[in-house]
Amino acid sequence: MTKQSEWLDLCSIGDLVENSGVCALLKEQQIALFYLPAEQKVYAVGQYDPFGNANVISRGIIGSKEGKLFVASPLYKQHFLLEDGCCLEDETVSLPVWKTQIINERVMIQTV
Amino acid sequence: MNKQNLVVVGNGMVGHQFLQSLADSGQLDQFNVTVFCEEPRLAYDRVYLSSYFSGATAEDLAMGQIDVYQSWGLNVLIGEAVTSIDRDAQHVHTNKGTTLFYDKLVLATGSYPFVPPVPGHTREHCLVYRTIEDLEAIKASATGAKVGVVVGGGLLGLEAAKAIKDLGLETHVVEFAPRLMAVQLDEGGGNLLRKKIEDLGVKVHTGKNTQQIVDGKDAYHRMEFADGEVLETDLILFSAGIRPRDNLARDCGLEVGERGGIVVDNNCQTSDQKIYSIGECALWSGRIYGLVAPGYAMAKVVVEQLSGGDKQFLGADMSTKLKLMGIDVASIGDAHGHTKGALSYTYNDQVNQIYKKIVVSETGNELLGAILVGEANDYGTLLQYALNGIQLPKNPETLIVPNFGGDDAETGLGISALPDTAHICSCHDVTKGAIFCSIEAGAQTVCEVKAATKAASGCGGCNQLLTDLVNHELEQRGVTVSHDICEHFAFTREDLYNIIRIEEIKTFDGLLSKHGHGHGCEICKPLVGSLLASCWNEYILDKPHVGLQDTNDTFMANMQKDGTYSVVPRVPGGEITPDQLIAIGQVGKKYNLYTKVTGGQRIDLFGARLEELPEIWKELIDAGMETGHAYGKSLRTVKSCVGSTWCRYGVDDSTGLAIELENRYKGLRAPHKIKFGVSGCTRECAEAQSKDIGIIATEKGWNLYLCGNGGMKPRHADLFATDLDKDTLVKYIDRFLMFYIKTGKRLQRTSVWMENLEGGLEYLRKVVIDDHLGMNETLESQMDHVVATYECEWKRTIEDEDALKRFRTFVNSEKTDNNIVFIQERGQIRPATEEEKAVAEPIKMIM
Repeated sequence: MTKQSEWLDLCSIGDLVENSGVCALLKEQQIALFYLPAEQKVYAVGQYDPFGNANVISRGIIGSKEGKLFVASPLYKQHFLLEDGCCLEDETVSLPVWKTQIINERVMIQTV
Repeated sequence: MNKQNLVVVGNGMVGHQFLQSLADSGQLDQFNVTVFCEEPRLAYDRVYLSSYFSGATAEDLAMGQIDVYQSWGLNVLIGEAVTSIDRDAQHVHTNKGTTLFYDKLVLATGSYPFVPPVPGHTREHCLVYRTIEDLEAIKASATGAKVGVVVGGGLLGLEAAKAIKDLGLETHVVEFAPRLMAVQLDEGGGNLLRKKIEDLGVKVHTGKNTQQIVDGKDAYHRMEFADGEVLETDLILFSAGIRPRDNLARDCGLEVGERGGIVVDNNCQTSDQKIYSIGECALWSGRIYGLVAPGYAMAKVVVEQLSGGDKQFLGADMSTKLKLMGIDVASIGDAHGHTKGALSYTYNDQVNQIYKKIVVSETGNELLGAILVGEANDYGTLLQYALNGIQLPKNPETLIVPNFGGDDAETGLGISALPDTAHICSCHDVTKGAIFCSIEAGAQTVCEVKAATKAASGCGGCNQLLTDLVNHELEQRGVTVSHDICEHFAFTREDLYNIIRIEEIKTFDGLLSKHGHGHGCEICKPLVGSLLASCWNEYILDKPHVGLQDTNDTFMANMQKDGTYSVVPRVPGGEITPDQLIAIGQVGKKYNLYTKVTGGQRIDLFGARLEELPEIWKELIDAGMETGHAYGKSLRTVKSCVGSTWCRYGVDDSTGLAIELENRYKGLRAPHKIKFGVSGCTRECAEAQSKDIGIIATEKGWNLYLCGNGGMKPRHADLFATDLDKDTLVKYIDRFLMFYIKTGKRLQRTSVWMENLEGGLEYLRKVVIDDHLGMNETLESQMDHVVATYECEWKRTIEDEDALKRFRTFVNSEKTDNNIVFIQERGQIRPATEEEKAVAEPIKMIM
C-alpha cells in the first residue's frame, strides 16, 4: 500500500524573493524555496548543505548550466540542480526535493 | 667505489646553478662535495638586486638554501674563502687555515666591479654595487644624503640608478660613452631610453670623462669632468663594468687572458684538466660572459663532463630583455649591424615613445639582430627568428610596424613555424619540444607548464612567448582557452563594464536579454551586480539586484562556516571613541557574540544569526556607527598610524587623512576588495606599502604608493608619485581607482592587475598623471557620482520593511535554526564541531 501524498500550504508568494531563495519550515524540516517569476515556478530543495554541514542553501545564488537550473552553495560553491537536487561536483550527493505549486498566491508543497 | 673529492669555489648564481644541476643529474652520490662561499650568505639573485630597495629582503633574493644543500649532502663552508691552490698536491688552502684535497676543482669565483682609477675614487661614500653588503653600505651612505651619482650608464649602472632613486635621492647617471647602454643599443634606442629615464626624474650625463673627485661645496663630493663641468653629489656609485676574479688561478699558474679571465676550452676546463671554471671568471674564446644564462650553460657543461658526457660550451647568445625603471629594453644578436652586408629597418614612434629596429641579412631572408625600447612585446618572436634562422616574411618591416588592421595574421611568427629544438627559455634551457612534452604529460595551463619545466622562471623574458605557445598548443588540442567570463556572457569583465556604461544598462536582466543568454550563474551575477554598483551605485538590495549578490552582500555580513554571520562596523582610520567601543561591547554582550580585533583596525563580531542582524545593526546605528562593507568587494579600511598629532616622529596628520579618505571611498564596489594605509612618516607604522593604496607623509606632502598586497602573494606597492598636496593626491586616487574598476579582471586585486598591466607603472603614470587616454575628467566625474550617492546600506535596510523580511530564518515560523550550536572557549563562544553537537549542551538555542 502506498502512502497518501498530501499538499500542504507552506507560505505566501509574498514571502518569497524573486530570482532568489528563502527558507521555510515544514515540521522540523528546513526547506529552501527559490522563486522564478518568469516561469511562475517555485523550486523546493533541502536547506542543509551536506558539504558545509550547515543550513544555508536558500542563501546561494541561482543560475543555469547548459539550460539546467541550479543553486550554488554559499559556503563552498557546489552546484545542486533545482529539478532533482543532484550535485554536479559529486554524483553520489544530492539534496532532497519537493514538488510545489502556486495556488491563489499560496505556495503549496507535496509531502509523501 | 671511492668517492671523488669535488671542491666548488664560489657560491654565486652560477655556482648555485652548478650544484642544482649536479643534484638534478643524480650524480651527487659519486662525490664528496665541498662548497666555499666567501660571502656571509649563500647564493642570491643578483639580477634583481635593486629590488632590495623596493622592498625585497635578502630571503626573497636567496637562491641557495642551507637545508637544501645539507639534504644533498654538501659540505658548505659559509664565510670561508679559498686563498690559494696547490696544483701539485691538489690542495686548496683557506683563510681559516683549512687545507683540502681535491680530485676535481670548480672555480666559480665570479667578478668584481671595475672602479676607474680616477683620483679620489677611494673617498668615503664612493661605493660599488654588487653584493647585499654593498647595498647595505649604500643604504647607510644614503642616510642624510640628497644627491647620488652612478658612474656607468650600462645595464648594471641603470639598475644601480634605480636603487639610488628608490632610496629617494636626486639621481644622476654619468656615462663615458656618448649614449646609454652603448653595447646593446644604437643611437636611436639610446636616445629614447635617455628621454624616458629623464622623464622619470633621473638626470643623464653622457660623454663625461671624470677627471677627479674632490671635496664639494654644497655636497660631500665634487666630480670634475674633462670638459670643465662639475657635478656635486653626496654619494658616488661605480658601475662601470666588471672584471673577472681570476687571482686564485693567476697565482697558481693557470692560463689567464691578457685582460683577465681564466682561460677555458669548450669543456670549460682550464689549462689544468682537474680544474674547471664557469661563469663571469671564465674566459672562453677570448670573451667574458657577463650574463647569467651563459654561466648556467657552462655549469651544465661541467656537470656533464664530470659524468663522462661530451656536452660542450660553444658560446652563448647575448640577447637580453629587461625592464629598467619600468622601461622595456631589449637587444638581440647583431644589434649594431656589424655583419657584412647587413641591412636594417627602423620604427621610431615619438608620440608613444617606442623605438624598434631590426637588422636583416643581405638577402633579407634572415634576422640578425634587433633593438626594442619602450615596448618589447615582440622580443620572443624576434629572438626565435634570429636563433633558429627562420625565413623572414616577405616584408620584414611588418615585424615591427604596429598592426592597425588587426586582420593580418601573417606578420606574427606562426608558432608552429618553430622547430621542436627552438629554445623558448634560455635561462633554464627549455625547448619547444620540452614544453610540448609537459602538455602531453598533462599540463593544462601556462602555470602548470611553468611548474613542470621551469620555463619563464628565470629572467621572465620569454613569458609572453611561452603563454602564446602554450595557449596555441592547447587550442590545437581542442582545449578551449576562453576569456569569456562564463557561459552566459561571451565577454570579458571590461567588455561588460563598457557595455553597461555606454548603453546605460541598469539591471542584470537588461544586460542578459541584450547581450547574454541563459539564466546567469554564481560567476556572472555577482560580477554584474558589482559592475552596476560601481557605475550607478544603486541600493544593492533593490528588487532587480538582490538575486545577484553573494550571500555576504545579500545579508551585508560575512557568512561563517556554520551559517552564522560576522558583523564589522566601520571604524574610519581606526579612530574610535570610548562610547563607540562601549556600544560595540554592549552589542557583543547582549547577543553573545565572539569578538576579535581585525588586521584593519576594526572589531569583528562573530556568531550572529540571520534574524539577529537587523536588531544588531539598529543598535550600532543608534550608537552612530555605519556599515563597514567587510562583506563587499569594495573599500575595506584605511589603516593609519596616529600621525603628527601625537607621535614624536610624525610629519603629518595621517589619521585625519585616513578618515577623510575612508569616508570618501566607502561603499565603492570594485573587482575585489581594496585596502588603504596612511603613515605619518617613513617609519611606516601603518604598513601602507602592503596596501592597494599606500600613502606616506613627507616633509613636502604625501607620497603615493599603488598596488601593494599583504595577503596570499605579498607585493610591495610601487612608488607612484611623490610630495603631493592633498587635492592632487585625491585626484590621482580617484582616477586610479576608476581606471582599475574599468579594466580589472573579475576578483583581481590591484597587485595582480598591476603585474599584468601592459606598460606597467610607467603606463599607469601616463594614464593617471599625463591623461594619456584623455579620460581623467570622466574618471573623476564617475567617482564623484559614487561619492555623492553613498548611503549606509544597513541604515537604509533597517528602515525598509520589505528588505527586512529577507532576514527571517524561516518565512513561516519564529523558530531558529537548531543546527547552530556554540561551545564556550576562552570566555567566548565558538561554533561546535559535528562531534560536539552530538553531545554538547547547547548554549544558545532559543526554541
